[in-house]
Amino acid sequence: MNPMHELSIVMSIVDAAEEQVKSHHATEVESIDLEIGALAGVDDYALEFAWEAAVKNTILEKAKRVIHKQRGWAKCLECDCEFEIKELYDPCPLCGEHLIQILHGKELKIQSMVLLN
Amino acid sequence: MCATCGCEQEGMVKLTTMRDVLFAPMHHHSHDHEDTLPIRTKVDLEQDIMSKNNLLAERNRGYFLAKEILAVNLVSSPGSGKTSLLENTLRDIKEEINFYVIEGDQQTMNDADRIAATGIPVTQINTGKGCHLDAQMVWDALRELKPEEHSTVFIENIGNLVCPSMFDLGEQKRVVIISVTEGDDKPLKYPDMFATSQLCIINKIDLLPYVNFSIEKVKKYARKINPTIEFLELSCTTGKGLEDWYNVLRNVSTVHHYAK
Repeated sequence: MNPMHELSIVMSIVDAAEEQVKSHHATEVESIDLEIGALAGVDDYALEFAWEAAVKNTILEKAKRVIHKQRGWAKCLECDCEFEIKELYDPCPLCGEHLIQILHGKELKIQSMVLLN
Repeated sequence: MCATCGCEQEGMVKLTTMRDVLFAPMHHHSHDHEDTLPIRTKVDLEQDIMSKNNLLAERNRGYFLAKEILAVNLVSSPGSGKTSLLENTLRDIKEEINFYVIEGDQQTMNDADRIAATGIPVTQINTGKGCHLDAQMVWDALRELKPEEHSTVFIENIGNLVCPSMFDLGEQKRVVIISVTEGDDKPLKYPDMFATSQLCIINKIDLLPYVNFSIEKVKKYARKINPTIEFLELSCTTGKGLEDWYNVLRNVSTVHHYAK
């Protein structure tokens, strides 16, 4: 398992949280809601591992982290079929083609934070 | 109205001494309170975690467009042949195209030294523990390198098929290199990298007789992830196939240099 990738992601989240805390003149982050898509390339275990390490001595150290998982959803550009997609190389279940458009599942975002003054 | 007790006193800015806050909106009370409860604020962000890098990448993109520069992001596993490809390219067609190189490695100037030996201007970025280049690093390197208008800038990314795929550098083209000494199922294992590249170069084809690598399979798998990805097969050691790569460069750089 290599959490380096997830470490980089957590560090970006810490930066974003620090910006919000500063602009809202808050003192603490009570909780942070993240949306992570199934196709975003983020490993759950690696994220947990990286989170523990990266939030130490930062504004997120005590924050509760809530992860909303978004499943992969694609549209086949050949036959218009919409389907759940688990891997990027999955074909259309109807016609078997690979020319698809990913509609959901690549999200990697901070939905919201609860700040304390 | 005061959020704590409902009193109607208007607020004034005050510094609190208990916590180190620069600006804390507090109300002036004429009566005493127990410890004030923390004010809870929910901030709806819907902010892409990559948004900061994406913004900087667009700035880089604007810089390249304005200067009519073709920027190419070269990605691969360590040892697939990015630097060797660049060495050959620069040596062979530097008279035709004005090249610049941005090198990315965790440590050492080794790659930059190899590029410098071809006489081409190069800036080395050492990321230390970092596993990918990002748009900010590329911007900083561009300000040192100062590439001229109508040039082609190669960005040789850190050898890593995972993280660099997520970081837009502002490039016009992304080229993924895979060598025949790697597994032909690489595209399935590292789909994001192949999904975000326009060209896949298969290198070290001179070693095909000695390895269990199927060119057809790697193309099939890559096309599953990215049906429009294109392929080149070459060997930096023997030179076979390099001319096709040079023709691609010649065509693409013309389009970018004179694009309206």
